[in-house]
Amino acid sequence: MSLSVLEVSNIAKAYRNYGSEWRRVLSWFGLRFKSVEEHWTLQNINFSISPGEAIGIVGQNGAGKSTLLKIITGTLKPSRGHVAVRGKIAAILELGMGFHPDLTGRQNAYHSAGLMGYTSAQIDAVIDEIEAFAEIGEYFDQPVRTYSSGMQMRVAFATVTAYRPEILIVDEALSVGDAYFQHKSFDRIRQFQTEGTTLLLVSHDRGAIQAICGRAILLEQGRVIKDGEPEEVMDFYNALIADKENSSVEQIKLDNGKVQTISGTGEAKIEDVGLYNIRGEQVEFIGVGETVELRVRVKVYQNIPELVLGYMIRDRLGQAVFGINTHHLDQVTRNAKKGDIIEFSFSFEANLGIGSFSVTVALHDQDTHIGTNYEWRDQALIFNIVNISKNTFTGLCWLEQKAKVSYVNR
Amino acid sequence: MNQLRAIWAYRYFVISSIKTEFRSRFARSSLGGIWMILHPLAQVAIYALVLSAVLAAKLPGINSQYAYAIYLMAGILGWSLFAEVFGRSLGVFVDNGNLLKKMAFPKIALPLIVTGSALVNNFLLFGAILIVFGLLGHLPSLALLWLPLLLVTTLILALGLGLALGIINVFVRDIGQIVPILLQFWFWLTPVVYVSSLIPEKYHSVMMLNPMSGIVMGYQSILVYNKAPDMSMLIYPLTIACAALGLAFFMYFRANEEMADAL
Repeated sequence: MSLSVLEVSNIAKAYRNYGSEWRRVLSWFGLRFKSVEEHWTLQNINFSISPGEAIGIVGQNGAGKSTLLKIITGTLKPSRGHVAVRGKIAAILELGMGFHPDLTGRQNAYHSAGLMGYTSAQIDAVIDEIEAFAEIGEYFDQPVRTYSSGMQMRVAFATVTAYRPEILIVDEALSVGDAYFQHKSFDRIRQFQTEGTTLLLVSHDRGAIQAICGRAILLEQGRVIKDGEPEEVMDFYNALIADKENSSVEQIKLDNGKVQTISGTGEAKIEDVGLYNIRGEQVEFIGVGETVELRVRVKVYQNIPELVLGYMIRDRLGQAVFGINTHHLDQVTRNAKKGDIIEFSFSFEANLGIGSFSVTVALHDQDTHIGTNYEWRDQALIFNIVNISKNTFTGLCWLEQKAKVSYVNR
Repeated sequence: MNQLRAIWAYRYFVISSIKTEFRSRFARSSLGGIWMILHPLAQVAIYALVLSAVLAAKLPGINSQYAYAIYLMAGILGWSLFAEVFGRSLGVFVDNGNLLKKMAFPKIALPLIVTGSALVNNFLLFGAILIVFGLLGHLPSLALLWLPLLLVTTLILALGLGLALGIINVFVRDIGQIVPILLQFWFWLTPVVYVSSLIPEKYHSVMMLNPMSGIVMGYQSILVYNKAPDMSMLIYPLTIACAALGLAFFMYFRANEEMADAL
């Protein structure tokens, strides 16, 4: 792909240990020492990104995300392979790096922009805009040591994003600052994206990744193990962090194009998941506010002292809308025996907004799935909400209305 | 060539960093930038007043009761530039480790910032020295025109040695501890405080192995004796300086990749 804005080819990164650092020094002068130990943090990383794409990079701590980002920004050099970047990269990694407490916001803005490689004339052209975007009033000409951390963040963000880069790397740093500024900075990032900036978003926040990114890359132990639809990748990632030992992760392509992720240790398995209306008919389309019943049939393969079943309704972006489990409902199944078949039933009014929803079902031994996870099944069921009997409305959920309008002055 | 272009692109950052350094040093002091002039002036005035009173030793070839103070100031001007650039180059990568890890910018800008701010300090010291010389009735001559040559030689030597050791310091931090101690020895091996003629003739060649000896004696001949420096004594320091800088560059290109890993 010649149009790609970022091309990562065969990147590998090794940290070498020479036993003694003096051997490392001598190795620069041509004396060959075998490094005692090589620690590969990245291996065989390949991907290319087109302009305007938004890509989420996910992975557990230590999976190599930061190393990869540093190689892309150029602060680290890869041991093998190369990175081709077309255009300017800006990184919102550590906002406020290199801010001097005794300088004013304005002086620091000049200095930081200088660090990004801009000349004084270029900075003059945008300094008013930086001041306006930061919205910290007269504090802009006060020393930074008098700032709150949020104000410092504002100046730093305004400076880093004063110029539209071809690639913008956003770390979780963005969760700093007040809600107002978060929205404002997000708007700017989206604005950049529509103008053709490629976004690289590093986050553990499933919601953020699925809301912004069109693609996600999952790193695990220095390798890319998934590259694709955010929903599919995030499901896989969740399954990965949920179970550590003797469990399997399996993904099945469904008829509707979505991918079902099933993981778990398998002591108990979900046999069947269905949604039924009050007449007991299995349904796929549900009216807003209609009473429905979710039935889950589970088969037990080994004796389990405490079994909890939970389910989660997600919207089409994978954001959690509602979730509950039998632990919270005081319906924990005790002493399930091998060979038992258990049916769980949940009745509720589907007060949801119009659209498509999916149900994730999980079987585990406590109120969270971080302990033992017998089975976790994403996209176990898909259903659609249609508006049959309610007034026209928008949003994710239906709130029962009693409206009254009256004149106050008459 | 790429490095040169990178420096040019980052010229504003280099200048802004030098400014920032001075600004933050004098921020929150009511006299502010005046301290920049007061510090070297006080330093020089102390030498002039105290030493001329206590050690009113006459120097051969100069007819003034302030001869020793003048001699000392000349040597200090050269040595302090060397010591500042050398000392700060030694720690320049380690001190800016956080920045180097987080931001992609040409590393070569950092020694330039060190050089720039050391030069500003040195010019101010030079100005203070000229003022005090004037007050002592010791007027400089056209020999001053030789000063830039000495200055450049000092800078190359200090940068070359400082950066070469500074790169090793990233990996072996003991370097940053031991070199400042050695630098103090080095000061006493250089004829700044004493006159080179005090050294017995047979050790003279040993003393001249120290590249700073030739440089400091050059400063003294310009500022004390109003004479052009002895070129034959400068060839050796200049050679060493260029070799050191070459070595530093070689090591920089070799170690560039691993440096960010180790910081």
